[in-house]
Amino acid sequence: MLSFLLRRLVVALGVAVAVSALSFALIFLTGDPAIAIAGSGGSADDAEAIRLAYGFNRPIVVQYADWIGSALTGDFGQSIYFNIPVSEIIGNRIPVTLTLGMLAFATALAIALPLGVAAAMRPNGFIDRFALVLAVSGQAVPSFWLGLMAIVVFGVWYGLVPISGTDTWQGYILPVLVLAYSAIPELMRITRSGMIEVLNTDYIRSAQAKGLPTGRVILVHALRNAVLPLISLSAVQLGILLSGSIVIESVFAVNGLGRLAWESLLRSDLPVVQAIILILSLFYVVLTTAADLLNAWLDPRLRGGAA
Amino acid sequence: MTLETAVTPRPVSRVRKVLGNSGVTLGGLLILIVALLAILAPLIAPHDPYAQDLTQRFLPPFWHDRAVPEHLLGTDHLGRDYLSRLIYGARVSLGVGVGVVIVSGFIGISLGLIAGYFGGWIDVVISFATTIRLSLPIVLVALAAVAMGGASFTTLVTVLGLLLWDRFAVVTRAATQSLRHQEFISGLQAIGARWPRILFLEILPNMRGTILVVMTLEIANAILLESALSFLGLGVRPPMPSWGLMIAEGRENILFDPWLVALPGAMICLLVLAVNLLGDGMRDLTGEARK
Repeated sequence: MLSFLLRRLVVALGVAVAVSALSFALIFLTGDPAIAIAGSGGSADDAEAIRLAYGFNRPIVVQYADWIGSALTGDFGQSIYFNIPVSEIIGNRIPVTLTLGMLAFATALAIALPLGVAAAMRPNGFIDRFALVLAVSGQAVPSFWLGLMAIVVFGVWYGLVPISGTDTWQGYILPVLVLAYSAIPELMRITRSGMIEVLNTDYIRSAQAKGLPTGRVILVHALRNAVLPLISLSAVQLGILLSGSIVIESVFAVNGLGRLAWESLLRSDLPVVQAIILILSLFYVVLTTAADLLNAWLDPRLRGGAA
Repeated sequence: MTLETAVTPRPVSRVRKVLGNSGVTLGGLLILIVALLAILAPLIAPHDPYAQDLTQRFLPPFWHDRAVPEHLLGTDHLGRDYLSRLIYGARVSLGVGVGVVIVSGFIGISLGLIAGYFGGWIDVVISFATTIRLSLPIVLVALAAVAMGGASFTTLVTVLGLLLWDRFAVVTRAATQSLRHQEFISGLQAIGARWPRILFLEILPNMRGTILVVMTLEIANAILLESALSFLGLGVRPPMPSWGLMIAEGRENILFDPWLVALPGAMICLLVLAVNLLGDGMRDLTGEARK
């Protein structure tokens, strides 16, 4: 277990370093970030001044080392647009995105898990078909469009919920539901297929044969084993929800990381964009690593092979 | 896969089996219709999708009282015929879907084949690259890259193509690993066949079913991403009629004319649903379990 743990942590660290280099390199995609920051109205002198002020004239490796070194201490530089530290702006937004992402994930799981189990009990039965329709439609509907339509129907026509902002808890209802809907299909499918596989194994049949109540067999014996692949997928989905909330946040005017990233892009505030990409990537790395370790702890068979 | 099809008790003709799968039939039919709309757009569209008429703004679709027969689905904020723009929008969506998959498929399949066949440190490096790609927040990175490269159809296809190769790589790698040690491959190695030949002429054709399934999934994925990026103003550039962009343009008037948003969204749903139905159906046909 210890060698697996170490190996997995080394990989995670490697990914984290690579991801940080990529988010840093992003602003050099244009060729010259100084010109991008100066904007279309900036003169060559402006660009030169910016180049000196931001240190873009230094070797790229030095700039990266400087950036990542500061980032490790929580200093992501100054926002070009707001002229205050990036960490200050981001610090205010992270809780909003985390709340939205976690609530959406919890909602998705609360719907997908029972539905997937029920669907697996009777493949091709009524619930299974309903679940299939839900999954297929959930993967076809663009979430930003669903959000807009939900605003019209529930916010405007029926006036049930506020149409934008998260000043009150009611403001979270629609964004959470819409975001959750996008995560339900995959979670449900993997619960269903995991359950079907486990329900066909000998030990489940013998548990049923010796007369254990069905509910107990499903909850205690089957679900516990079917849940293993769900752990990895959950980490992935939670990561996607956190980074995917960018569209939902702009639809519902939620002041989270995603909306900040989008607005910062539109005003060429690159230090903010870099920092957000780095943070979201690291969330993902931490989540998937944690899931792998959890899986290895629950199922010793996994400890040998995985790289 | 091919083995399983071979042992089915009663041989069914291939065509009948494909048509017997309702997902494949329905999905394929819908895609055919959208593809025809896209290809024949200049012939079918009743108006020029770019022609503005500021005296005819915000005309409602035919089910309203104020509707005008020459604009069946109404007009937008610049008085452009909505039906024509919806028809031309099919070109953008399908173009992005197919264009992205050509780029991402090439990258992902090549990487997957090489990683799966050679194994060792090559496999470690490629798997590492895949993990890195998966860790990046895709919408945000795509948005940033498009913002840097300048919003245009070509930038969009390139950026998404460079980002969406992960599933191709993962699936191809696994399939290659399972084929690598089969006898016909060892035989080819024994007679001195070179690896590019083995990979592209022997291994690749043996997994075409699996790759086709991944292709449909990724086309759907690309179409959805394009619409989201265009909606956020960093996809295709106006006045190009992209469904995502039309939703963004209609958004300001969503309270008075919700159909401006509803119609293009419905088109996206329809197309993505069709592609997914086709993909799911093909997965069932190629014998993979429904996941």
